Amino acid sequence: MDELTSVYIQECREQLAEMEAGLLRLEQMPDDTDNLNAIFRAAHTIKGGAGVIECAYIEHFTHRVENLLDALRNGDLAVSGELANILLACCDHMGSLVDVLAAQQAEPDAALSERGDALTERLKQILDNADTPAGASLTVADDDDASVESTGGGVVSNDAWHVSVRFGPNVMRGGTDPLSFIRFLGGLGEIIGIETIADALPEAAEMDPESCYLGFEIRLQTKAGKADIERVFDFVSDECDLRILPPQSKLDDYLRLIAELPEDTLRLGEILVRCGALTQAEVDRGLLAQQNAAEAAPEEAPPLGEILIDSKVVHKEVIDAAVTRQSQVTEKKAREAQLVRVHADKLDSLIDLIGELVIAGASANLLAARSRNGDLIEATSVLSRLVENIRDSALQLRMVQIGDTFNRFHRVVRDVAKDLGKEIELSISGADTELDKSVVEKIGDPLMHLVRNSLDHGIEPVETRLACGKPACGRVSLNAFHDSGSIVIEVSDDGGGLNREKIRAKAVERELIQPTDALSDSEIINLIFEPGFSTADQVSKLSGRGVGMDVVRRNIQALRGTVDVASTEGVGSTFTIRLPLTLAIIDGFLVGIGKASYVIPLDSVVECIEHRDLGGERNFLNLRGEALPFIRLRELFEIDGPAPARESIVVVQFAGQRAGIVVDQLMGEFQTVIKPLGRLFANLRGISGSTILGSGDVALILDVAALVRIVRQAEESRLLPPSSINTPTNIQIASPTER
Amino acid sequence: MPASKTLPLAEDLTIYHALELKQTLLAALAASDELELDLSQVNEIDTAGLQLLLLLKKEAQRAGKRAVIVAHSQAVRSLIDFCNLAGELGDPLVIPAAEAC
Repeated sequence: MDELTSVYIQECREQLAEMEAGLLRLEQMPDDTDNLNAIFRAAHTIKGGAGVIECAYIEHFTHRVENLLDALRNGDLAVSGELANILLACCDHMGSLVDVLAAQQAEPDAALSERGDALTERLKQILDNADTPAGASLTVADDDDASVESTGGGVVSNDAWHVSVRFGPNVMRGGTDPLSFIRFLGGLGEIIGIETIADALPEAAEMDPESCYLGFEIRLQTKAGKADIERVFDFVSDECDLRILPPQSKLDDYLRLIAELPEDTLRLGEILVRCGALTQAEVDRGLLAQQNAAEAAPEEAPPLGEILIDSKVVHKEVIDAAVTRQSQVTEKKAREAQLVRVHADKLDSLIDLIGELVIAGASANLLAARSRNGDLIEATSVLSRLVENIRDSALQLRMVQIGDTFNRFHRVVRDVAKDLGKEIELSISGADTELDKSVVEKIGDPLMHLVRNSLDHGIEPVETRLACGKPACGRVSLNAFHDSGSIVIEVSDDGGGLNREKIRAKAVERELIQPTDALSDSEIINLIFEPGFSTADQVSKLSGRGVGMDVVRRNIQALRGTVDVASTEGVGSTFTIRLPLTLAIIDGFLVGIGKASYVIPLDSVVECIEHRDLGGERNFLNLRGEALPFIRLRELFEIDGPAPARESIVVVQFAGQRAGIVVDQLMGEFQTVIKPLGRLFANLRGISGSTILGSGDVALILDVAALVRIVRQAEESRLLPPSSINTPTNIQIASPTER
Repeated sequence: MPASKTLPLAEDLTIYHALELKQTLLAALAASDELELDLSQVNEIDTAGLQLLLLLKKEAQRAGKRAVIVAHSQAVRSLIDFCNLAGELGDPLVIPAAEAC
């Protein structure tokens, strides 16, 4: 795919997102003209771009949509719920068309074109209906035309701006191409007539090919203001002679224009006729009248000027309106200028390289330390500090705000709520929380599932809500925040909550747990993440087939994250997703057991304490008055050999729970480049990845979340009734919920 | 003096070549009664290039000669179309079927 097309696709996606957001706003505030204009602009940009890359199917369809939007903008049509639905459907269809383009297919397949045709047909119907009542306003428009005395033949476009520009000789020497301004002008609206004036072109001998002798008379149909048009020529404002006449300008204005321009009057008249500003009859009559007036009474010329002053007053208002618009546009431009578009692949390869750099740096550090050469050690430590900084800023580059992902859900909530006949509002907080781009991409689907789940099962029907004394309008919240090296995303609703007994009964029925199993409340409700579990009595089209939650959990686990649910019956549920900030490089804490090294993510390490062998089977110790369960990695990973006399405990924390990990040696901080484990090790518990040490050895990265869970569950199972205690403590990894 | 001469232009009709182009074009016009310009290989054309084409036409008219553009590249064609100069230049424009619709 060529670059232009890929840029276009990117831009389309952005514009479509903007358009969709605008359409959703439109439903809430039908009178917001700025919003409507923004929607129109988005559609227009997509259409324009489609024309440039010659993608006919997008251009045609978008053109229809644009027509409808235009009618809305002109007030020929009123905004209605139905209309917004159709426009949103159109927006989706445009998205599908862009996908077709991205897939490099020549044209959309049959099903898609059929859908497009159906939508086009609907749009046409709506527009046709709109035209009938708008007939009245059309007659008014005719009256307007009459006021400019369009008596002669020929097509006159009176509702267009007239832009008359003569470029100075030095324009091109400044490195600018005058035509690019005209083209840019076309971007403001539609150029419906243009005449190129080459009258100033001197004879060959005197002509300097680097000077500009051209001028243009342009009819421009646009919603932009005069200041916007002037701004197009800002760059060359000193070098060009610019005159702008607003739409509906009077004949006198044009006469004045003719008088001011350097070219011959008759020739100019002809040009204005050709580009559709005036009819021939008007020019003849106007020029004749002016001539007569001038001959009869030269002093009486001023009235003509007075008319101009009148029209200048009009200009002032136009300018004022345009200036505010212009400043908005400038702000937006300034914001855009701060961003550089970089291909994601380039960033990925940068991160890869930095990963290698970190490993190579670690190796250099190790050698320096061995050499006992003070200068060398100092040099490498400076180097490794710099590498660390580079690593951080490179990872920062990949950080994106989660807000965009969240905002997609406005549409989902709206559509689903409509389908279900519920009233639901979405509240978003923490949208500026940043996380790694690769995580953001993969979190969309699980989030979608959770949100739909909340909408469908969480929020009760309006009657039930009112009966419970809750407001009729349900609320689903999305929240995100950072918490000790991970990002937490919460999806909560104020719905009915989860019914513990029902879940338990269902779990027993599905043989996920034994009736005698003693489970904590949170264990019971987290059973909903088990495969094949669904408590909805009814299967709806949204969710309820029981395939959802376990997929959600699997997806999140694939990102080295966890998902939990907390729920109070009658008050609501909160799903909490915890994800690592990045999937690439972390600060690690290196520990050793026997000959092997392991890495614990530094963010989760709280402290390190000495382990005095307390003997026996005790799996917890008293840490400043608090019971701290711990686990012996040597036993968990079945490492041979006796433990050294002196062991240490690394206290780690995850999701508010603490646990100790008993290790042989503490080896200190280590920058860890995470290398994924192969598929073969996917089911390995307690290990989340691997890394390469400076010495070239492989070290495994401990999955703190899993370890904490193992420790906690081992602890809980000890407190259970005797029936289930006879399993060996450390192998009791698979708790009932995990079986 | 040959009656007709075809001058193929391979370089871009831009300000960067404007000085040489002017010489080339005028020399070619002086050397024949009927100059045919082949612009099918012109990838880029800007205002300076357009001006030179207009100048050539004007000079040809003054000298009672003919200067015809016999082949347009996509860039030249779209520029002429954009500036609405097709009529003024008066050369036959071949519009490919793909663009006609």
